Amino acid sequence: MKELGKKVLAGDIRAASRLIRNLEDQIPETNIAMREIFAHTGNSHVIGITGAPGAGKSTLTDELIDAYRKKDKTVGVLAVDPTSPFTGGALLGDRIRMLRHAEDKGVFVRSLATRGAMGGISKAVGEGIHVMDVLKKDKIIVETVGVGQQEVEIINHAHTVIVVLVPGMGDEIQALKAGLMEIADIFVINKADRDGAGKLYKETLNMVKMSKDMGDNGSWTIPVLLVENVLEPNKFAESVKALSDKIDEHYQYLVDNNLLSERMRRKTAAEVNEALWGNILQPVLSDLHSQGEMEKMVDKVLSRQTDPYTLAEEIASRYIKKQA
Amino acid sequence: MSDRRIRILLAKPGLDGHDRGARVLARCFRDAGFEVIYTGCHQTPEQIASAAVQEDVDVVGLSCLSGAHKYLFPQVAKLLQDEGAGDIMVIGGGIIPDQDMQALYEAGLKAIFTPGATLDSLVEWINTNVKPRA
Amino acid sequence: MFTKELLDKSSLLRKKWEDEVKKVVAKHADQKEEWSTVSSLNIKRIYGPEDIKDMDFEKDIAYPGQFPYLRGNQATGYRGKYWTFRMFSGMGTAVETNKRWHYLLTTGQTGLSTAFDFPTLMGYDTDSPKAKGECGKCGVAIDTIDDFRDLINGVPLDKITTSMTINPPATALWAMYCASAEQQGIPLNKIGGTIQNDMLKEFIAQKTLMCPPEPSVKLISDTIEFGTKYVPRWNTISISGYHIREAGATAVQELAFTLRDGMEYVEDAIRRKGLHVDEFAPRLSFFFNSHIDFFEEIAKLRAARRIWAKAMPERYGSKDPRSWWMRFHTQTAGCSLTAQQPYNNVVRTATEALAAVLGGTQSLHTNSLDEVLCLPSDHAVQIALRTQQLIAEETGVCNTIDPLAGSYFVEALTNEMEEKAWEYIHKIDDMGGMVAAIEKGFPQMEISDAAYKFQQQIDAKEKIMIGVNKYVEADEQIEIPLLEIDDSVEDEQLERLAAVKRKRDGRKVAECLNELAGACKKGENVMPYCIEAVKNYATVQEICDVYREVYGEYRDPGIY
Ligand SMILES: Nc1nc2c(ncn2[C@@H]2O[C@H](COP(=O)(O)OP(=O)(O)O)[C@@H](O)[C@H]2O)c(=O)[nH]1
Ligand SMILES: [Mg+2]
Repeated sequence: MKELGKKVLAGDIRAASRLIRNLEDQIPETNIAMREIFAHTGNSHVIGITGAPGAGKSTLTDELIDAYRKKDKTVGVLAVDPTSPFTGGALLGDRIRMLRHAEDKGVFVRSLATRGAMGGISKAVGEGIHVMDVLKKDKIIVETVGVGQQEVEIINHAHTVIVVLVPGMGDEIQALKAGLMEIADIFVINKADRDGAGKLYKETLNMVKMSKDMGDNGSWTIPVLLVENVLEPNKFAESVKALSDKIDEHYQYLVDNNLLSERMRRKTAAEVNEALWGNILQPVLSDLHSQGEMEKMVDKVLSRQTDPYTLAEEIASRYIKKQA
Repeated sequence: MSDRRIRILLAKPGLDGHDRGARVLARCFRDAGFEVIYTGCHQTPEQIASAAVQEDVDVVGLSCLSGAHKYLFPQVAKLLQDEGAGDIMVIGGGIIPDQDMQALYEAGLKAIFTPGATLDSLVEWINTNVKPRA
Repeated sequence: MFTKELLDKSSLLRKKWEDEVKKVVAKHADQKEEWSTVSSLNIKRIYGPEDIKDMDFEKDIAYPGQFPYLRGNQATGYRGKYWTFRMFSGMGTAVETNKRWHYLLTTGQTGLSTAFDFPTLMGYDTDSPKAKGECGKCGVAIDTIDDFRDLINGVPLDKITTSMTINPPATALWAMYCASAEQQGIPLNKIGGTIQNDMLKEFIAQKTLMCPPEPSVKLISDTIEFGTKYVPRWNTISISGYHIREAGATAVQELAFTLRDGMEYVEDAIRRKGLHVDEFAPRLSFFFNSHIDFFEEIAKLRAARRIWAKAMPERYGSKDPRSWWMRFHTQTAGCSLTAQQPYNNVVRTATEALAAVLGGTQSLHTNSLDEVLCLPSDHAVQIALRTQQLIAEETGVCNTIDPLAGSYFVEALTNEMEEKAWEYIHKIDDMGGMVAAIEKGFPQMEISDAAYKFQQQIDAKEKIMIGVNKYVEADEQIEIPLLEIDDSVEDEQLERLAAVKRKRDGRKVAECLNELAGACKKGENVMPYCIEAVKNYATVQEICDVYREVYGEYRDPGIY
């Protein structure tokens, strides 16, 4: 356990997957390892792929891996699927689309369940990205299921966000318009073989143009790409190669305009917040719980002997030493 | 605070495509609260072992009905050993004649399930035998 | 169907009977609340005239050899000819399987049927890394035409029909058959047999995968066209529900998906090849499962004939009644057999075989009692074959045709199967056809749902399997003489293949494969190119690699 950080730094896959597992399981000691590796992060290009279930995200990711391997890039994938709210179990079905890369040492695919997290992304995803980063993956692809508002979360984690749309969901796109425009750096119209792909393509282009007219998104014009039918492998590969070029172009744009770290600001703030919470509030709370004091405090507030505000001040003055 | 879940990789090594059992099990394990990674048919032992390591699963469940289990199951167990992942349990299911059992256990398989095992008994086996990782 | 008078009378008597039932049930409750088929189709306590009152005797029932062929295609039924007793066999090397075939022909079997090993089924040669450990395990290994000649050695190809259970590499294996026949001096129009060659059910159920659905269907249309023109006695496809059922489908799903698959092939051959439906449809054949629920299976098979007879003229403008005939082979359900108390399997198989016969099958394979435990022994195969002979010649069920016709229950159940099947068929039509439905994962998901539900019912003992969840024998030792394939078979086969590769003209092989690739790219019929290639000792895998290269490889999308 203690060695985990060092092993990950040395590129040990087994240790890395174990660390991600511990992060998912929220084992407190992961802090030790994360502390060790953090200084070595910040080098990968993080690509988010989001869209409705069945939109073809995993199929696309599989081909993207291929495109990047042909460009001699190493790839990490974090593929997130939902946890069943009823049983807590999950069927993680993304990996099956990426099996042909199973033996390629330059590719590391990891499936994660949402475990009830909001936004379709668990906390472990953000940290898992750091782990992949330390493993020196040039490109880290994060596949998340996004429906409506929940898609937005991915923007905190990725430099380049790809929103995958498919024909046959005509009305929904109208409803999603606002949210999608906010997060997409690239739109992909997938399953171009299906009826309505052309129409969806035009609609999306229009949408992009309208928001451009309103002065959104700085100087990056959101491209809309059609991806060919997966069942015509050669054409499919070609259009995904074009997508990878576009993704790289976006990365270059971020670099050229000094926007790379800007994109990570929110994530970093959240991480600092999280760490503070974990280091300051969490120990206090567990202390109060284990002493049975929490229950007593609740009782007092319930019976109106005191109020939450006064209590909080008392606790704060007990635990936090004010510095002069 | 911690939130441990059992993770299982289900795979069908070899060339037979009779995946009814594997598909049913995938659903059953999900409903039992496990996280299941199903890798489908026609996997090589190398692919399975590599996936198991990357996914850090507790258990690899193999299903094979073609009669090639004598080569395929031990091979997965061996590859996991080689990758320093011998702690990942390998269990198998399918049409496994009694006389093959001994050799499979010796090769490192932790349990073999033959036709007729109930879903409940499988879930129970996992719940009793898979210790949460520390 | 009935006069008003009769229906009134029936309703009166029925009321009386219902009152009686109520009284009895109040005292002695039924053994269980719900009574349903193995596929969870609810069955009523009794059926009467009112359950089939809307049937039209002429349009819906009629006589054998008459539309809608509910009662059979042939006017004479089994009096003219029993079904073909066709037992599936194959193991180890071609030479061994050939020996087994000669044995089977002496036991009264009237048709041969080949099981190939997994590498052959998937289009890999024995020397492929993917084939390791699989050679000869569940069938015979065929790499080149040399193996094939050994397989059919001494079998009169113009007299015995041979069925080959082969799918993605069907063109290659059929080409070997055609080439071998020619070399024996038997013209193509004299040979008869069947290749399974049904890829849609592979995507749906059995997962013997090679290329994507669309080019897979194209290759099948090639064989249909080639057969229509040059090998008219050959069944170029056996549209199979068997595997769909084994994957966990219900009887209705098996019926619906299989028939919709058949329609997809018909549509493709018409559209792609410009054939008229009546040029090829008479050679289409089907392959069903016969499961343990006796009446459900009989109803399913009868319904299948009626649906097809209606669909062909209605949907495709067929004029030739031979196109309306649904001809099918049946195999008893492997998935109904148990490893526990395996001798009970003889009883299961007999029941299922009887259902198939009462459903009017034209050909039958009965499983051996040890089939769950892999390759069957000679003795077990003999019992299975005798089961068929016994049904045919002892039981008297063949004395009259379609003896269950007119049964209130059987007709009502047949109608219900048909209605429910049409619902599925129309749903798939709406999705844009079977290929589109498969791409959406629709039939796969339906089957997975059904399979999971059934397993839960078994666990909850709502459905019973003797020896598994009831009348279980504690500490049962399963002692079946197992037939095992020696691992030396693999080495032997590797050596044979290496020898062929040494002696053949490599340049000529490459040339043939090149031409085959060209034909694929141009959309030409591949069959003549395949025949040329196998004559020059191209291997099964080499031919399949051409397909994989040109059409792309298809992997299991893992829909559950
Ligand atoms: N028709 C068509 N189907 C596709 C295409 N891409 C993916 N699919 C299919 O859509 C289904 C869902 O794909 P998947 O990648 O798992 O979607 P995800 O849930 O978004 O990850 C699979 O059956 C794919 O084969 C495409 O371009 N055309
Ligand atoms: Mg996915």
